[in-house]
Amino acid sequence: MWTFIARRMASMLFTIWVITLVSFAVIQLPPGDYASDMISRMRQNSGGAISPELEARIRAQYGLDQPFHMQYFFWMRDILTRGDFGYSFTYQRDAGQLMWERLPMSFALSFAALLISWLIALPFGIYSAVKKYSLVDYSLNALAFAGLAVPSFLLALIFLFISYRFTGRAALGLFSPEFADAPWSWARVQDMLAHLWIPTLIVGLGSTAGLIRTMRANLSDELNKPYVNTARAKGLSETRVLIKYPVRHSMHPFISMIGWLLPTLVSGEAIVSIVLNLPTSGPILYGALMAEDMFLAAGFILMLSVLTVIGAFVSDLLLAWLDPRIRLS
Amino acid sequence: MQTTLANPTLPQPAEQESRAEVASQWKLMWWKFRKHKLAVVGGVVMILAYIVVAFCEFFAPWLPDTYNNQYVYAPPQTLHFFRDGGFAPHVYGYKFERDPQSFKKTWTIDERQIIPVGLFVRGEPYQLWSFIPMDRRLIGPQEADQPFFLVGTDKNGRDVLSRTIFSARVSLTVCLVNVFLTLILGIALGGLSGLVGGWVDGIIQRVIDVLLSVPQLPIWLALASVVPLSWSPLQVYFMITIIISLMSWTYMARVVRGKFLSLREEDFILAARLDGVGNGRLIARHMLPSFMSHVIASITLAIPGMILAETSLSFLGVGLRPPIVSWGVMLQDAQKVATIATYPWLLFPGLAVVLVVLALNFLGDGLRDAADPYA
Repeated sequence: MWTFIARRMASMLFTIWVITLVSFAVIQLPPGDYASDMISRMRQNSGGAISPELEARIRAQYGLDQPFHMQYFFWMRDILTRGDFGYSFTYQRDAGQLMWERLPMSFALSFAALLISWLIALPFGIYSAVKKYSLVDYSLNALAFAGLAVPSFLLALIFLFISYRFTGRAALGLFSPEFADAPWSWARVQDMLAHLWIPTLIVGLGSTAGLIRTMRANLSDELNKPYVNTARAKGLSETRVLIKYPVRHSMHPFISMIGWLLPTLVSGEAIVSIVLNLPTSGPILYGALMAEDMFLAAGFILMLSVLTVIGAFVSDLLLAWLDPRIRLS
Repeated sequence: MQTTLANPTLPQPAEQESRAEVASQWKLMWWKFRKHKLAVVGGVVMILAYIVVAFCEFFAPWLPDTYNNQYVYAPPQTLHFFRDGGFAPHVYGYKFERDPQSFKKTWTIDERQIIPVGLFVRGEPYQLWSFIPMDRRLIGPQEADQPFFLVGTDKNGRDVLSRTIFSARVSLTVCLVNVFLTLILGIALGGLSGLVGGWVDGIIQRVIDVLLSVPQLPIWLALASVVPLSWSPLQVYFMITIIISLMSWTYMARVVRGKFLSLREEDFILAARLDGVGNGRLIARHMLPSFMSHVIASITLAIPGMILAETSLSFLGVGLRPPIVSWGVMLQDAQKVATIATYPWLLFPGLAVVLVVLALNFLGDGLRDAADPYA
């Protein structure tokens, strides 16, 4: 077990290292950078009176005159030693601070969506597989298919339309107007929870549908295997036959799915938040990418990915605990 | 479970048994697929969809870029079939009113104006597949210059229905190119990983780990924002396709690898190996057929994802862009609450997305069940 954890840990660290490279490279890809944007804007405002020296000074000030690997090195050094993610050009603030304001909200939303999909999908998936081609199976299937077919941003748009038609005002944001800028208090938390469940359902619907489908498919594969007949022949009750062997067996991909459900949820959360204008990382990351605000964008991509990798690591440990074949291999 | 033997469409038990015993694997699959009614419906919908895609110039009442400044944000018309006791398909014309307070122009349906509608009418000339000159359309107004907007018009007075039909051509082909790339990458790399093992497996798995652990949307956004504005629509189209498949082959590779790992221990693989069969042949002839059902299930699961990916990217304004018209590009107009609240018909392309994805999912589900006829 310990060697398994150690090996898995090493591969996680390697993955994180590659992610730091990738997230830094991705935001380096666009032609031009923030400084060239800024300089061209200053040119427009001051009628072309920007000297090459001033231009060089601006670039040097932001460290943009260094080669790629040096920029990467400085960036990583600051994050690791001081937790400093650099400076956000568009917000004129520390990028790290901005991230800590937004990231917890993103992850709260994503995890809530994950939990909801789990809670809904597990019982319904089992029921659907056992009572295959029953009325409930068909209606669950229809629901699951609908959930897979409606893109989350469209669901968010439809929800906006309905809320606007019935209440006369758009249900944007996570807080009622009176709590939007208020300091944290119990009333504010309650207000947030009252707003949070709708985006959670919207984000979670797609993965719930996927999970129900996977559970149904896996379990109905398992139900046909000889060991199920054997268990039945031994005289076990139907429930015990089901819970003890095939369900446990088909949970295997179910748990390993967490690892790749999380990125999907985070992506879904981002796009739903952009549409619903929620104070999570989605809208700010989108804005940062569009404005080539590189430190902010890189920081968000890095932290979202790293947290997702850690989530996958935890799901692997769970899987090893559930399935002895993995931890003993 | 010998479910195929209990096929109710076959008359005699004895005859049925012999038929099932001699039937080829593909025949058994077809029998089983036929039983899944929703899958058959899904399949028919997809065939129809691709027929429409092939002949969209004929099926759409207007060309996608035909605009009419006079009818901006005109609401949908309803098609009526009978008038004065006889069969005479028609729609009502529009009249506009100015709101005395806001001076906003609003369209209302004017029941006194009757616009006769016909099948196979002559309209504005077009070129089918850009080289066959034609002017007949499946449905349209009898007189070509009269308004006929079954789903309303957008901000430039362009017909939403026609644009949705033309969008299908883009949205439904992007995913096919994607599937092709994803299949090749997924089976080749997943197969290599599962079959060879060792350090090859290690490297491929790490690459997949990294790709899977990164939330896709930010990476797509970042990559798509690199595509220069000066590129031609076709270049953008292929770039977006490649970006989407770069992220989506991993799932396929995982499925294939998992199957290979379990198949590697099977006796018939060992037998083939001892016979001196090479890796390529081993994969193509011995392993692929035995997990075909999973490959099919994965592809059909993957296509909707690709359609949704393209739609989401274009919706955010970093995917395909005008003059290419896709469902996502159209939905971009419906981003603002105020717009959808006043002109809800702009969400119509979303309906097309849902219909196609739903049909593909049903089809995939049926194929998945059918691809393993001995189960």
